[in-house]
Amino acid sequence: MSDVALALGGATFDGLVKIEELAGQGMITLRGDLTDKAIVAAVKHVFGVTLPGTRETAFAGSTGALWMSPDEALLLCPYDAAQTKADDLAAKLADAHALVVNVSDARAVFQLRGRMLREVIAKLAPVDMSPEAFTPGMVRRTRMAQVAAAFWMDDASTARVVCFRSVAAYMFGLLSTSADDAAAVNHFAG
Amino acid sequence: MSTRVQTQGRLINRDRPVSFKFNGALMKGYQGDTLASALLANDQMLMGRSFKYHRPRGVVASGSEEPNALVNLGEGNRFEPNQRATSTEIFHGLTATSQNHWPSLEYDIGIVNNVLARFLSAGFYYKMFIHPRPFWKYVYEPFIRHSAGLGKAPDAEARDEDRYEHFYAFTDVLVIGGGVAGLQSALTAARAGAKVLLLEQTPHLGGRAPVDGGTIDGLSPEAWVEKARAELEALPNAQIRTRTMGAGVYDHGYVLGYERLTDHAPETAGPRHRLWRIRAAQIITATGAIERPLSFAGNDIPGVMLASAVRDYLMNYGVSPGDRTVVVTNNDDAYRTAIALVQAGLKVPAILDARPQGGGALMDEAKALGIRVETGAAAVKVKGAKRVHSVCRGVQAGEGEVLEEIFCDAVAMSGGWSPVVHLWSHCGGKLTWDADQAAFRPDHDRAPTSHDGNPFVIASGAADGAFHLKDVLQNAANAGKTAAGRVGAEGVDSAAPSGDAPEEAPLVPVWMMPQGAQKKLRMKAWLDYQNDVKVSDVQLAAQEGFESVEHTKRYTTLGMATDQGKLSNINGLATLAKALDAEIPQVGTTTFRPPYTPISMGAIAGEARGEIFQPIRKTPMHAWHEAHGAHWEPVGHWRRPYAFPKSGESVHDAVKREVLATRNSLGLLDASTLGKIIVKGPDAGRFLDMLYTNMMSTLKPGKCRYGLMCTENGFLTDDGVVARIDEDTFLCHTTTGGADRIHAHMEEWLQTEWWDWKVWTVNATEQFAQVAVVGPNARKLLEKLGGMDVSKEALAFMEWKDGTLGGFPVRAYRISFSGELSYEIAVPANLGRAFWDALIEAGKEWDITPYGTEALHIMRAEKGFIMIGDETDGTVIPQDLGLDWAISKKKEDYIGKRAQARSHMTDPKRWKLVGLETLDGSVLKDGAYAIAEGTNENGQTNTQGRVTSTYHSPTLNKGIAMGLVLNGPDRMGEVISFTNGDNPAKKARIVSPVFFDPEGEKQNV
Repeated sequence: MSDVALALGGATFDGLVKIEELAGQGMITLRGDLTDKAIVAAVKHVFGVTLPGTRETAFAGSTGALWMSPDEALLLCPYDAAQTKADDLAAKLADAHALVVNVSDARAVFQLRGRMLREVIAKLAPVDMSPEAFTPGMVRRTRMAQVAAAFWMDDASTARVVCFRSVAAYMFGLLSTSADDAAAVNHFAG
Repeated sequence: MSTRVQTQGRLINRDRPVSFKFNGALMKGYQGDTLASALLANDQMLMGRSFKYHRPRGVVASGSEEPNALVNLGEGNRFEPNQRATSTEIFHGLTATSQNHWPSLEYDIGIVNNVLARFLSAGFYYKMFIHPRPFWKYVYEPFIRHSAGLGKAPDAEARDEDRYEHFYAFTDVLVIGGGVAGLQSALTAARAGAKVLLLEQTPHLGGRAPVDGGTIDGLSPEAWVEKARAELEALPNAQIRTRTMGAGVYDHGYVLGYERLTDHAPETAGPRHRLWRIRAAQIITATGAIERPLSFAGNDIPGVMLASAVRDYLMNYGVSPGDRTVVVTNNDDAYRTAIALVQAGLKVPAILDARPQGGGALMDEAKALGIRVETGAAAVKVKGAKRVHSVCRGVQAGEGEVLEEIFCDAVAMSGGWSPVVHLWSHCGGKLTWDADQAAFRPDHDRAPTSHDGNPFVIASGAADGAFHLKDVLQNAANAGKTAAGRVGAEGVDSAAPSGDAPEEAPLVPVWMMPQGAQKKLRMKAWLDYQNDVKVSDVQLAAQEGFESVEHTKRYTTLGMATDQGKLSNINGLATLAKALDAEIPQVGTTTFRPPYTPISMGAIAGEARGEIFQPIRKTPMHAWHEAHGAHWEPVGHWRRPYAFPKSGESVHDAVKREVLATRNSLGLLDASTLGKIIVKGPDAGRFLDMLYTNMMSTLKPGKCRYGLMCTENGFLTDDGVVARIDEDTFLCHTTTGGADRIHAHMEEWLQTEWWDWKVWTVNATEQFAQVAVVGPNARKLLEKLGGMDVSKEALAFMEWKDGTLGGFPVRAYRISFSGELSYEIAVPANLGRAFWDALIEAGKEWDITPYGTEALHIMRAEKGFIMIGDETDGTVIPQDLGLDWAISKKKEDYIGKRAQARSHMTDPKRWKLVGLETLDGSVLKDGAYAIAEGTNENGQTNTQGRVTSTYHSPTLNKGIAMGLVLNGPDRMGEVISFTNGDNPAKKARIVSPVFFDPEGEKQNV
């Protein structure tokens, strides 16, 4: 099932940043005490990462973990591996108090590329996007304009934005409007 | 006349002429002109008519405080009323028209109000238009609406063509105002290492300093401003935004900035305005000061201007307001205007200085230039109609005897300066009265405080009451240092630059000129130009008992409308204080509220327009629905198909066809929008027993149960089918609109009340596409797809199973909201469309019919199933709906249980759910009331029930309805009358709400 039907069929936009709807991303929601040693160990075993600290991310190649709240993490892996990994993690946590749900189909993911990505996001999310405040390795679970969203930076010029699948078209409209070539703010140095 | 002079004009580019239109006439200006300076250069002193008396009005100020020169700007989709000519930069092709005149600016019929002025005094509307009552609607209001008001509303069909956006910014120190004070504060804070953002509302930095003169560290103000700008721009931790106004200061250092990107160049691509939503640890208000007018008779005649404005127009734009300008003042600053005018070769016949001793060094300089100075003098009145003709001189100490008439075509007045304390005050900063300067300035001991109780706003420069250049710079440096210290920036500590300017003699407060002016003069001495409030009006208000400044404001309209009294506030309250025989500080000010000047609606809306006005939630099958002619219905933020009318088919006919096809063969519904919340943990059963009125903990894995949820007050708030997945895990279906709300409801109880219960929830609504396969042929279709046993034995009613169908991984629920054999099939959302397509294809042999929400509603109503939002409205409890069977008697508690035991909830007189059938088979109106005997105390007909759902049933071919009726279930067969404006009322029989297949034989196969 590598040919996943995306909400917008892989929409793209080129402006202040390049925007691309990414192909299927495996996502697993984990609810549990993120400091529970059994949970930390199980995640490490199945996803190869140590659960990140507050508002942080942890990646190991194609897998990763995003901090969502003190008792929620979003675990990432290839789309096709998601159900297996979810089942594996759930089995390992059978004796712990945790909830593991494969939510790979619940969301749309957009990649933003270009050095203006901070500005594009800062038009929509009430987040300090200055280079000293937000860096690769961090994640924000917040809102963008009128919908819930989360985003993180993979490197200095690449970010990923996640929203619910049903509002993918709205999010793409927001991002591309904000990335209009004529709408640069030039606020962030570097 | 006003005209362009050949010298000066530091802000205009004489090599770049710009043409524009005012009231249809083509005019020329230069790049850098404001609309006001360009109009003056074209001798267009008359710019508008006043609000109430339609008096001719010219520009009085040169900045955002301007009350008179408001214009309608632009045309069609870009039309905007009430734009200040003084802060509008001209561009090629600008069109403006003057406001509040009829038939023309030059000849206005409304000026008749001027003649009647003595009848239109303070509170006139309140007193006059009370009686006789009907006169208000038919006589007074149309007249007032025609004669009052400023700009006109945009055409109802016009649509703003521009785009807008928001921008979230965070900074240590936000400096509002880019004059020398703001620049110095920014420099001090930035050098110390703080992150600094400076906002300046005009296109230019430097504020008044380049016009007012003096030297800073030996440099001309202009040169110093340029040096400061260059240093700030070179610092990585400082930023300057011009054309950006600090509009409002809010709690905890939240500030709105209003950036005007293309107002001066409308053909430029990109957003027109950008609303900056700023979080600042410290805010420095370097907002300068505003000059006060003097209250003498005729101070509103076009050509009477603030002394600073006269100087600004001359030096900034190379425009002289007149050949002969009389200066009237109570302070030294206005002498600068006289000196500048004479140095530009224009005439100043006299300076009338109200102070018996006159001024200091600047007076000497004026005298040395040969300017006549009269001390202890007053402008008794200004003569003229549409233009100043002369000034009558008298003595300030007197009552208005005219000693001399001085002919002139302009008057430059100055009553002293008031610090702009608006942004200091927005969030609770208090003021103190500075008697020496006759002005309110920020009280440093009562600054606005943040979440931690510490101050977060600091005033800087003239905004803090520091007026001499050297004081301004020292004060500004101190402000910058304080701000830096508060944010922990302790880098370079730089000394303030030295400012040099002539020493000034103290001013003498002048609230009326002459001080004993007779009533006739006071009735022509304007306090508030925009609202036509005169000295006599405020005095009358005081005489009539309006002692509070807030009451006086509302009674007289002093300080209202678009300028919010920037020029009139202090003069008005000083006049009130005098009339009350009180001290000014005892009278106090009115409340300063954001925004500082009006900001556009577009900026507030930001990006939210057109396609992204609001998120529209779309299911994975949305595109199919769209391609098949769905008639949409908004449900929450979702769009759901209401019906799928075929070409040439009415929506009503489509609904009928969909119902019959489903009942007779096979229907298909996109049910993806239903909420799906997973609840897991050892306490999950206990938790759901509390959330639902019925028992969920006894549900066996593999089974489904319908449940009701109530609020703490007992009212029914949501319903849906709960499936038990395993011992620890449940899946709760919610209504379409309820998913987010119910998930939040669950989390709130878990996080605040039952934090020690072991339960986790996840809202997995969007993970699944869900399709209801409904009708006698439903099982055949699924069997055709194959992959799992969907027989009655393998998957009985109210059971669920995981499996595959046609190669799709599915979870199939045997649940029915239609009374038919029905399966709801969940597949991963990304497969939703493919699964839907597969069903459509395989279902052709049974004429598979997709149906919309209306068919869904009709089929559930035929079965007597309730709908949240129809049968419930926030005041209905389950017991009202005959749902007692779904309320557990065994449970000790559930949310809403205690509330449902309250006396009113157990009152047997509560209206209860019944079915209703009209005697003639027609359809009752939605919301119709059942009529009872007699009338209530208001003379209204008594009622005994109301319709909650009503449809034409295609299955039964007649109208069916549900309603809440007094003692309804005990009155089966009785006929009562309903009306929702119908006359005569419609007769309907009370029946069981289950109209179709009451034994449930159809779904249980």
